[in-house]
Amino acid sequence: MNAARPASLQLLDVRITLHDRVLIPALNLTVEPGECVTVMGPSGCGKSTLLAYIAGTLDPVFNATGRVCIGGVDITNVAPERRRVGIQFQDDLLFPHLSVGENLAFALTDRVREQQLRRQQVEEALTEAGLGGFAERDPATLSGGQRARVALMRTLLAEPAVMLLDEPFNRLDAQLRQDFRRFVFEHAAQRGLPMLLVTHDAADAQAAGGPVIELDAMA
Amino acid sequence: MIVRRIVAAAFALAAGSVSGQDLKWPDVVAKAKGQTVNWNAWAGDEKTNAFIAWMGDEVSKRYGVKVNHVKLKDTAEAVTRVVAEKAAGRNADGAVDLVWINGANFLALKQQGLLFGPFTQAMPNFARVDTVNTRSNVVDFTIPVDGLESPWRRAQIVFVYDSKRLRDTPGSVLELAAWAAKHPGRMTHPNVRNFLGSTFLKQALHELTPDPEVLQRPATDDNFAAVTAPMWTWYDALRPQLWRQGKQFPDNGPAQRQLLNDGEIDLMISFNPAEAAVAINGGLLPDTVRTFVMKKGTIGNTSFVAIPYNASSKEGAMVVANFLLEPATQAHAQDFRQMGNFSVLDFGKLSAAERKRFEDLPKSPALPTNAELGATLLEPHPSWMTRITAEWEKRYTK
Amino acid sequence: MGEALHQVTVRRADGLLRFAPAVTVAVLLLPIVAGLLGTLLPAFGYLPAIGGDSFNLDGWRKLAAAPGFATSLFTTLGTGIAASLLAVVGAFGFCAWAWGRPWTRRVGGWMAPILATPHSAIALGLAFLIAPSGWAVRAVSPWFTGWMLPPDVATVGHPSGGALVLGLLLKEIPYLILMIVGALHQVAASQHLAVARAAGYARAEAWLKVILPQIYPQIRLPIYAVIAFSLSVVDVALILGPTNPPTLAVLAVRWFTDADIAFYFQASAAAILLVMLVALVVGAWVGMERVAIALGRRWIVRGRRRGAADIVTGSVAGVVMVLFTLAVLAIVGMGLWSFATQWRFPDALPQAWSLANWLRQLQGLAVPAQWTLVVGVAATAIALVLALACLEHESRAQVRAGSRTLWILYVPLLLPQVAFLFGAQVLLVRFNLDGTVGAVILAHLIFVLPYLFLSLADPWRALDPRYARTAASLGASPARILFRVKLPLLLRPVLIACAVAFAVSVGQYLATLFAGNGRIPTLTTEAVTLAAGADRRVIGAYALVQAVLPLLFYLSAAALPALLYANRRGVQGWR
Repeated sequence: MNAARPASLQLLDVRITLHDRVLIPALNLTVEPGECVTVMGPSGCGKSTLLAYIAGTLDPVFNATGRVCIGGVDITNVAPERRRVGIQFQDDLLFPHLSVGENLAFALTDRVREQQLRRQQVEEALTEAGLGGFAERDPATLSGGQRARVALMRTLLAEPAVMLLDEPFNRLDAQLRQDFRRFVFEHAAQRGLPMLLVTHDAADAQAAGGPVIELDAMA
Repeated sequence: MIVRRIVAAAFALAAGSVSGQDLKWPDVVAKAKGQTVNWNAWAGDEKTNAFIAWMGDEVSKRYGVKVNHVKLKDTAEAVTRVVAEKAAGRNADGAVDLVWINGANFLALKQQGLLFGPFTQAMPNFARVDTVNTRSNVVDFTIPVDGLESPWRRAQIVFVYDSKRLRDTPGSVLELAAWAAKHPGRMTHPNVRNFLGSTFLKQALHELTPDPEVLQRPATDDNFAAVTAPMWTWYDALRPQLWRQGKQFPDNGPAQRQLLNDGEIDLMISFNPAEAAVAINGGLLPDTVRTFVMKKGTIGNTSFVAIPYNASSKEGAMVVANFLLEPATQAHAQDFRQMGNFSVLDFGKLSAAERKRFEDLPKSPALPTNAELGATLLEPHPSWMTRITAEWEKRYTK
Repeated sequence: MGEALHQVTVRRADGLLRFAPAVTVAVLLLPIVAGLLGTLLPAFGYLPAIGGDSFNLDGWRKLAAAPGFATSLFTTLGTGIAASLLAVVGAFGFCAWAWGRPWTRRVGGWMAPILATPHSAIALGLAFLIAPSGWAVRAVSPWFTGWMLPPDVATVGHPSGGALVLGLLLKEIPYLILMIVGALHQVAASQHLAVARAAGYARAEAWLKVILPQIYPQIRLPIYAVIAFSLSVVDVALILGPTNPPTLAVLAVRWFTDADIAFYFQASAAAILLVMLVALVVGAWVGMERVAIALGRRWIVRGRRRGAADIVTGSVAGVVMVLFTLAVLAIVGMGLWSFATQWRFPDALPQAWSLANWLRQLQGLAVPAQWTLVVGVAATAIALVLALACLEHESRAQVRAGSRTLWILYVPLLLPQVAFLFGAQVLLVRFNLDGTVGAVILAHLIFVLPYLFLSLADPWRALDPRYARTAASLGASPARILFRVKLPLLLRPVLIACAVAFAVSVGQYLATLFAGNGRIPTLTTEAVTLAAGADRRVIGAYALVQAVLPLLFYLSAAALPALLYANRRGVQGWR
C-alpha cells in the first residue's frame, strides 16, 4: 500500500449543540497513529454526531465550533471528499447496484489507472479479507460477516488518513463480532491510522485497547 | 366487439325531420316553461358571452326558460356532437338544443337533415326581420335558409387600425398589399382555418377575380384554379410582408386584436363594424383606433341560431330564438357598451318607440355610420371557403 | 383444525375488500380498452355509422397526404424527445447537486405551487411572459432595448416548438424531482452518500455514481409517463406549440372535432400513430438505459474523482432554478393581469389597477369553479376509497402487489389521451352518459386514481406493521384498526395524496371536454377556450383561480395534521 505517512487526529475545543442542548461540550482530544480512542455513552448523547462532524457531513441543524486537524493540518472547512476521513457504519452500506469487486474498485484511488492493475489490487484486497474470488459476486449473496469485511476493505482502499468507526460491530453476533473486531483493528493499526470508535458495548472498548471517553446524555 | 355492436346499432335508426311551422306560439311558450336550453355558441369573445348571460337571465325571468351557454372553441364541435349522436342512434334528448351557426356548418347540418324545422315562421318576432334589403338574412352563404335557422346579428368586414401609427388607410386589397410592403411585419390575418381568416382571402377574391358572380355558385374542379389565380398571386406577394413573415398567424379575431393592442401589428380585420368602439369601451384597444372599409364594399353575412333535429328542448330553443329578435334585445345587442352588433331587423317594420331605442344608442368616433360602411358584398358559396382553406394549407403548410 | 379456523377468520375479515383490486383494475382499464378499440377500428376504416364498413388504409393515406404531416410528425418527435430528455437531465442534475444541502428543504415549498397548478394555467402565463410583447420584454423596454414597439420575432408558437418544450419542462422537472425525492426515502441515501464522500467523491459525483443507479428503477415508469405526455399533450401544445402545422396530437383533436365526419378516419389513424410513437420513443429510451448502465458501470469502477460533476450539475441546477422562477412569474403575471384595467406595451406594470374585472368575472367563474370542485372532490373520494380498499386488502390478505400492478396503474399515464378518449365517447353516447357529471367524474377517475394510489402506497406500506399487530392483540377488529390506528397515523400522507389527486383532476382538459360534451365546464376547459386570444384580464382571472384552488387543497393537507397533532410529535412526518 502506498498510504501517506501516518499522522495523528486532533480535536481542538470541539463543541456541538442542537438548539439549546449541548451534545459535545468543548472536547480536546488527540488520537495517535495506530491508536484507537473509544467514545462511549447512551444512545442519543451525540456520539454519531461527533463522527459526522469529523467526517464533514454534520447536519446543519447542529451548531458546531472548534477545529479538526490531521497531522497538524486544519481540515475543519475542507469538503468531506477531500478530508481523507474513512468511516465505517454499523450497516455495511455496500452499494447494491454494484458487484463486490465493483464496490471495491469504486473506492480504489484513481492514481491506479490501468485496468489490469486495478483488478489485481481489488483481488488482493479481497484475498486479504479472506474472500478471494468473490469479485463478481452480488453483495446481497454474502453473509453478514463477509459483507462487513468487504465494507472495511472498501474504506481502506480509499486510503484514508483517519478511521472513524460508528458502532461497526453492532449487527454481528458474538463470535463474528470478535473476529471482525480483530480484523478491523489489525488492518487499521497496520496502516498506522488513528481510530475513533463509537460504541455502547464495553467489550468493544476493551478490545480497542485505547483510552475511553464517556459522553453524558444530559449536558 | 362492443363498439362494433354499438356502431352497427346506429344504422338501424334514421333521423326524421319534424316541422315547426304549424306550431301555435302560445303552446310553444307554455311547453318551453321549465326547459333548459343548451345553447352551443362560440365563446371566444367576452362581450358576446356577457350578452348571452344577460339574455339567459331575461329569458329565465320572462319565460321560465333556463339558458346554459355551452362554450365552444369552434362551432364545428357542436356539429360533430350532433353527428356523433346520430351515429350512436340518439334521435331524441340530444345534447345540443340551440347552436350559433352559419355558412359551412349550416350547410353540413342541412344537407344531412340534422336540423329541426322550418320553425321561424312560428315565431312572432320573425315578422320584423329585414328579409328584403339584407339578403344575408335569408340566404346564408348562398344557401337558402328555408326557415331552418333564425337570424340574430349581422356582420360585415371592416378593418380596425391605430390612427396614431397609420395615417393613409388603404382603399383596396391591392393598396393593402402595397402598404404591407412598405411596413413589413405590421399586419396579419387570423389563421385561415378560422372563418375570419378565410374571409380575409374571400374579400381579396371578390375584389381581384374578374367575374365575382361565379362565387355565388358552388366552386368546381374546373373553375376553382382559374377564378382564384389572381388572388393567390396577390397573396404570394403579400405573405412574406406579414407579421412573422407569414409563417405564423393568430388563432382568431380576438387573438389578432390582442396583437393590435400589444403593438405587434398596426391594423386588423374584423367582422363587427362596432369592433373598435366596443374594444375601446372595454379597454381592449387604445382609444386611438378607428375603422375603415374597402372602397368597392366588403363582405357581410348574418349570424343565425339553429335547432338540431334531436334537441331535447326545442320549444325552449324557439323561445330563445324569438327573444333574440325582440327590438329591445336587438337594441341592447347593438349598444357598443354591450356587444355592438348591428341589428337584423327592418327598421321600417318597427314602431316609433322601438326605433327610438336604436336612435338613442350612444355614439362613438370609432363607430362607422351606415354610409361609411358602404356596400355589403354577398358571401360566396361555402364551397369556395372550404376549397380556399384546403388550397391555402396545401400551399403554405409545409 | 386451528389452521382452518385461522383461514376462515382471515377470509371473513377481508370481506368485500377481496373485490377491491378487480374493481380498481376494471375502472381503469375497461374504458381505456373500449376507447382504444373505438379508435383502432376507425383507423383502419371500420366505423359503420359513418359508412366505414370495410377495413382499409384510407385513413392512413389521408393522414400521410395531409398538408404539413411530415413537419408535424417531426415537431412532435422533436419536442417530445427534447422535453423528456431535458426534464430528466434537469431533475437528475438538480437532485445530484442539491440533495442534502440545507436550503433545499425549502425547495419543496417552492415546488408546491408549481406542482399544484394545472399545465394549462402555467402555459397561459408563460405565453404572456415570453411573447415578444410579453412581460419579460416589457420589463427591459424601452430603457434597455430601445423598443417602443415589440420586435417581430417568434417565441410562442415558434415552428421549432421551443416554447412548447419550455412549457412542458416547467411542470415535468418538478414532477420528476418529486418522484426522485420519494424514491430517495426508500434507500439509505444519506449514509451511502457519506460513504462515497468519505471515499473521496464530491457530492454530485457521489450522487450520480451511488444514489442514482439505486433509485432509477423506481423512477423509470414516471420517466416513461413524461415521455408519453410530452409526445401527446394537447392543451399546452394549443397554447404554446407551433400552429402551421401543429403537433400530431393537436391535429388529431382538430380532425376528431371537424364538422366533416370523414376526417374521423384520419384522426383515428393519427391517434394510433401517436401510440406507436410513444412505444417507439419509450423503446428507444429502454435501449439507451441499457447502454447507459453498461457505460455507467465502467465510469463508476474507474475510480476517477473529478470535480466536474459538481460544476455541471451546479449549472443544471441553476437553470432549473431559473425555470422554477419562470413558472412562478408566469402565475404571478396572470394574477397581475386579472387586477389590471389596462396594461400596454412597453409598460412593465399595468397603468391602473381595479377589482372591476374580478367583479365582472365572478358570476362567470362561479359555475366552472363549482363543477371543478364537484368533479375533483368526487373523483378524489372514489379514488381514495378504491386505493384504501386495495391497500387494506393487501395488508389483510398479506399479499404484496407486484410490478404488474404498477404497470396497470401507469397505463392511463403511458397511453396518449387522444388514443382512447374519442373512442370512449361513442361508448358514453351509447349509454346516454355523455355530458353528465357522472361521465366526467369517471373519466377523471382514470387519471386521478393512479396518482392517488402511487402517492399513498409507499407511506402506507412503510407504516410499521407492529402498530396494527399491537392493536389486534388488544382486541381491536380490522375495521377499528383501520379507522382508529392506521388512518389517523397516516393522516398526512392520505391528505397529501388527496391534494395531488385533486390537482390532477383540476388539470384535466381533454377528458373533461369529451366526457362532458362541453356541458360540464371546468376552470381548465374554460381557460383553454379563452386562451385562443380572449382578453388577458379574463384569462388571468381564470388561470389564477385554476392555480389557487389546488394550492388551497395542498395547504390544508399540510396544515390540518399539524393542527390536529400539534402536541403529538411522534406522528409520522408532522414536522
